[in-house]
Amino acid sequence: MTQQVLNGILLDESTELSLSDLCRVCASPAEWVIALVEEGVLEPVGYQQTQWRFPVDSLQRARTAMRLQRDLGINLAGVALAVELLEEISRLENRLRRLDLDEPS
Amino acid sequence: MDFKDYYQIMGVERDASQDEIKRAYRRLARKYHPDVSKESDAEIRFKEVGEAYEALKDPEKRAAYDQLGANWKAGQDFQPPPDWNAGFEFRGGGYTGRDGADFSDFFESLFGQGFGGAQGHTSHAGFRQQGQDHHAKILIDLEDAYQGATRSIGLQSPEIDKQGHVHTKQRTLKVKIPRGVKQGQRIRLPGQGSPGMGQAAAGDLYLEIDFKPHRLYKVDAHDVYLDLPIAPWEAALGANIPVPTPAGPVDMKIPAGTRSGRKLRLKGRGIPGKTPGDLYVVIQITLPPADTDTARAFYEKMQQELAFNPRSNMGV
Repeated sequence: MTQQVLNGILLDESTELSLSDLCRVCASPAEWVIALVEEGVLEPVGYQQTQWRFPVDSLQRARTAMRLQRDLGINLAGVALAVELLEEISRLENRLRRLDLDEPS
Repeated sequence: MDFKDYYQIMGVERDASQDEIKRAYRRLARKYHPDVSKESDAEIRFKEVGEAYEALKDPEKRAAYDQLGANWKAGQDFQPPPDWNAGFEFRGGGYTGRDGADFSDFFESLFGQGFGGAQGHTSHAGFRQQGQDHHAKILIDLEDAYQGATRSIGLQSPEIDKQGHVHTKQRTLKVKIPRGVKQGQRIRLPGQGSPGMGQAAAGDLYLEIDFKPHRLYKVDAHDVYLDLPIAPWEAALGANIPVPTPAGPVDMKIPAGTRSGRKLRLKGRGIPGKTPGDLYVVIQITLPPADTDTARAFYEKMQQELAFNPRSNMGV
């Protein structure tokens, strides 16, 4: 059976997301995304909320924040701190892997 | 179906208080949260703990579960006794907060049906709601990012039947991987998420790109790293040598006097794109083994004739 090959849309660095894109992808209300912006977890460009454009890595950040808040019951300030620390850990792990210093698994 | 010992999963006694259960859940959730945990089975453990907590945090569900008795052992073959939950009045839906599709058949058989109806999944006439987005990871080879590829991915997605029950459905998708993808980027496949309710559109599927570990290369964003062994004479005298790259071998000039650990850059040979990455070749000078008389004689000759002290700047 031949199956149709799906052509997706690659979300690369040039992709920008709107407030409603993020609401949809996190299945969360706009107020929650706005709260993430106020907490400094997300940094959109543009003055008015309707014109906000979010860099593509906001998608990962917002979803991580959503899961941490939902599953661990931490408040937004704690979520913001955890997201930053997790990203720092991931940067350091990448560096270790590149230098071949990662723990043998 | 296997019996699940929710108390054992939570690591609490059967007479634990609701507060103790909550504390145990918080601790285990932090330990096994897939965004935080480094444990290899984190995701499975996290779901197990979530399911156990879902059953035990609600005093009604907990009482019903306790009614099954303490003699059941985890993993034992289990069928709920008929009318096992008779006499319990269940308010609210079977699931709270979390997606019920994550839960086991065991949970489903106890709490999935008859727990306050169809858990809000029934589609009312005229009710329209866009389908949920789905998220999955797709493992690809580094070479796929250089050339582009078509890859199949098997997905398990929850589906809701007409009675409002959640089933897991297997499906396979063939997806085009565009040239130039990087670790962690996502491909959005419109309409491949959950079907919408009423006339509403289906959700989207997001595929996160994850590179398989490669025998030769390491990847950092759009740059690629290669450890390249070279012979001492290639390092000392300089040489033109062939170097593997994910797009095929290229010739590279090793300058005379190259030290071990030196990084040589092959510009634009990293992951392709509008601004292509670079390929960094990390030099590793590799000694020929002194395992024959001839080889040993060579080393002895070097020792006598080169007067080389690699530790001269250490004062020894």
